[in-house]
Formats: sequence, structure tokens, C-alpha cells
Amino acid sequence: MADLLQIRGLVKRFGGLAATDGVDLAVTADEIHALIGPNGAGKTTLIHQIAGSLRPDAGHIVFDGHDVTRLGMHARVGAGLARSFQLVSLFRKLSVLDNLAFAVQARSGTSFRFWRAAADERALFDEARTLAGEVDLADRVDARAGALAHGEQRRLEIGLALATRPRLLLLDEPLAGLGPEESDRMVTLISGLRTRCTMFLVEHDMDAVFRLADRVSVLVSGRIIATDTPDGIRAHAEVRRAYLGDDALVDG
Amino acid sequence: MAVALHQRVRPAIVVPVLAVLCALPLVTQWIDEPFYLVLASRVLLFALAATSLNLLVGFGGMVSFGHAAFFGAGAYVVAIAAMEGVTSAWIAWPLAMGVSALAAAVIGAISLRTRGVYFIMITLAFAQMMFYVFVSLKAYGGEDGLSLPRRSVIGLGLDLKSDTTFYYVVLAVCAVVITLLWRLVNSRFGRALQGVRENETRMEAVGFPVYRHKLVAFVIAGAVAGLAGALAANQNDMASPSMLHWNQSGMLLVMVILGGTGTFLGPALGATVMLLLEETLAEFTLHWQFVMGGILLAVVLLLPGGLATLLQRRRTDG
Repeated sequence: MADLLQIRGLVKRFGGLAATDGVDLAVTADEIHALIGPNGAGKTTLIHQIAGSLRPDAGHIVFDGHDVTRLGMHARVGAGLARSFQLVSLFRKLSVLDNLAFAVQARSGTSFRFWRAAADERALFDEARTLAGEVDLADRVDARAGALAHGEQRRLEIGLALATRPRLLLLDEPLAGLGPEESDRMVTLISGLRTRCTMFLVEHDMDAVFRLADRVSVLVSGRIIATDTPDGIRAHAEVRRAYLGDDALVDG
Repeated sequence: MAVALHQRVRPAIVVPVLAVLCALPLVTQWIDEPFYLVLASRVLLFALAATSLNLLVGFGGMVSFGHAAFFGAGAYVVAIAAMEGVTSAWIAWPLAMGVSALAAAVIGAISLRTRGVYFIMITLAFAQMMFYVFVSLKAYGGEDGLSLPRRSVIGLGLDLKSDTTFYYVVLAVCAVVITLLWRLVNSRFGRALQGVRENETRMEAVGFPVYRHKLVAFVIAGAVAGLAGALAANQNDMASPSMLHWNQSGMLLVMVILGGTGTFLGPALGATVMLLLEETLAEFTLHWQFVMGGILLAVVLLLPGGLATLLQRRRTDG
């Protein structure tokens, strides 16, 4: 299987602190690759660099054979690299349908058109409706995004990323703040996307990670200390020492 | 309720307003007050300038405090062109738009790298720089401004020296350009612009080149302000540095806020109310600005959405 994403020698420093300290990582096409690590390990910093909202100080990010290290966020999205946000980022005052229609519009041709009313473009809204259905929000399309329940907002967040038709989807803690029931629903949703795109998942919920991931990488103090299958990671001595010290997690 | 992105303009309002505007010269002639027609032209061209600023403030979320720079640039282009012997409106007015657009492209390309208060300050700074440039250009009149040797020539048997003809030309230009801007706000581009206003990071993350969208909007708004400035130079028979002064930028912002930033026609209403108030109050007292301040305060506190919401409310009630 080819590598869809390759990260080589990535470094990001904040003052004296190396938040990303020479990361090498490869995400294979069609896998769900999870990234775990203790708080402050630099997971979100790494996601920001892959998505393009932070510039690394050194190293390369290669997506689908092309070096995207210097590309801006929107150009990476165009190339098929989309993300969801850890803190939900929506158009809160707008309807769910308009939220999704933006993402569809971004992908379907130029937006430098100045005459024809976008509201008349049926295709935008038909596709937005389909997407709403795919993230279980079909009956909420007219609701204001800011008025949705937290679980619904998380699903809309996924829907916005999906609307860009990503080949690699970066999921930054998609389960954050969700109750057990909503978490379960989200795991089912993510699992169902397996056939649509490759996923790179940052998550604290070990249950979910071990249920979803094909491979797991462990980030500690800005370095990848191991990459293996979930079973391999569970058995990995260094990982146990550094991170999975809690027995309950290992049993999960 | 979710905020709607598509801006409806109701015929029930627009048609009567247009009818009144078309009939206005007959009325002023009948009551023998030709001055009101001059005032009406002034209101119209400021409505155009305020509507262009609202494209940035109301729809793009960019609070530009330097819009007068483009208004003034347009005025100076017409005056300088006339001085050089180019009086055709068909050349001078598009040229005014072009020069203003160019100025907006340069100022925008730099300013739009900042946000919020910094954006407000940097646009203000650029406009003040242009103000001082024109103040110190002795060849173009310096502080006194540059008077127009004659008004622009349209041909077609129209003479802009006639107040009535001038009024109708301004009305036609405003009607056409404001209609174009309305189409723009509802187009794909306008929709994307409103998305940027709501959540810039999110727009970038679903794949929009946000900076490019903002810059294009900034250039379009600058060009339209330049056209309004070209009309203003004809109306005043001169271009003066005060047209680029930050007072003027502030006036335009007040018009936008007074009328309502969230609405398409609000700023035109704001320009109308503001200029009419200025005219009426100035008749009664030298300190009309004091009264105006009170009125502005009342509107901002009692009608945060601007005067346009007053019309909307009445409509939903009835």
C-alpha cells in the first residue's frame, strides 16, 4: 500500500520548547491511523502543521507525492486534505444547510462569480442535504448551527470536512466533550467513512482508538516513540511506561 | 432563527422609492426650490459610497476606516483629467474607478494581512497618508483643492451643468451600480464573502482562498467609491483634500451603521437620513453636530441593527 501522507523530520519550536521534535510518520492509503499521546505531547501542534495552519521550522510534509509544506490551508484542502477542529468551528449564526453549502461551493468550481444568485444553485443545496443525511442531521437542516446540541455540532463539523471530498481526513479529537451514547454514535459514523477516505485520528478516548484504528502512533514530548497495530501498541513496553501506565486503559 | 445569506430587496419598497426619485425634479420645480435637487444628488452619491463601504463592513466583516481615500482619489482623477483637457465622462469616470481600484489593491494587499483593530488603524493610516499627499501637491491646488474647469461631458445631448440633468445622471448611475452590487452580494462571491464575515478560519478550512476573496471585495468597493467621488467632484465643481480626510471616512461609517450593516439598502437609508438631518439641523443651530450625536447615540442604543430594522419590524408586525 502506498503512503498517502509522509512526514519527514518535522520540527516546530515555540521559544525554547520543541513542540514537534523531528517527527517522522507515514499514513498509508485507506487506513485509519490514530495518534495518541499524553497531554502536551504536541498532538494538536502536529495536526496544525499537517493542515497548514502552522508553518514548521524544519522538515517536510508530503501528501500524495507532492511536497505541501509551503502550501496554505485552503490549497491543501483543494488537494484533498481536510480537517475537523478540536474546538468546534462552525458558522454559528447560519443554518446547518448553509454551513454545508459553503463547503460544497468551495469545492465545486470558482467562487469568483458575481451575477447569478447562489441561492438558485440547486446543486449546492441538494448536495448539502445529502451530506446532512450522511452525518445524521437530515431533520436539522434548517436549524441554526449554534443552536444544535454538542453532539450534533460535532457531527456537522465532520460533515463540513466531508463536503470537501477529502482523500485524507484529519480528525482532531472528534469525541471531545461527548457523552457515552453520543461517542458511540460518532465512532459508528467514523467507522462508516472508512471506505470513503483515509483518516488520521487524534483522540484521547482509548476505547475508541482501539476500536477504530488500523495502526496507532504514539507521540511523547514531540517525538513518535512507536507506530504499530493496536495490539502491538498495547504490548509495547516503552509505550506502557510512557503513556499507558493506567492499567484500565491497557485492558480497554 | 438562522441568519439568511440571501438579501431580499422588496419591490414594495424599491418601486415607490424609485418613483419618488424620478418625480423629484418636478416637485422641486413646482415648489421652486432647486436647491433640494442639488441636495438630492448629494444624497444619492453618498448612498452609493456608503453602499460600497457596506460591502466591506456589513458583508465582509472588514471595518475599513479609510474608505474616503478611494472616494477622494476618484474626485481628484476627474479634476486632474479635466485640467489636462480630458473632460469626457466616458473616459474620466472609468479612469477614476480604475485609479481608485488600483489604490485599493495596493492598500488592501497590505492592510488585509491584519485583522480587527489593526485593520481599522492601518486603513485609517493609509487614507491619512493620501490626504497629506494631496495637501502637499501644490500643482493640484494643495490645501485649497483643485477646481474643475468644467463638468464632465457625457454627450447624448445631456449637459451636466443643468442641475436636473445632473440629478438624473447621478440617479441612473446609482441605480445601475447599486443593482450590480446587490447581485454581487447574492452571488457565489457574495455568499463566500459573508462566510468570511461569519468564520474566517472555517472558510479557509473548507478550501476558500480567504485573502483573495477579501482583496477582490476591497478593490470592488474602492472602485465604486471612486465612481461616487467622480460624481462628487462634478457636483462640487472641485476636488479637495477634505474629501479624503478621516472625517469623511468616519461620516461614511456612520452612514453605514446608522442605516444598518446587516442589510443591503440600510446604508443608503443611513446616508439619506444623515445628510437630511445635517441640512435641517444646520438651519436651526450652529451646534447641529451636538444634536446629531444625540440622535446617533439613540439609534445605536435603541436600534442596534440600524434604521433599516425599523422598516423590517413594521413589516412583520403588519
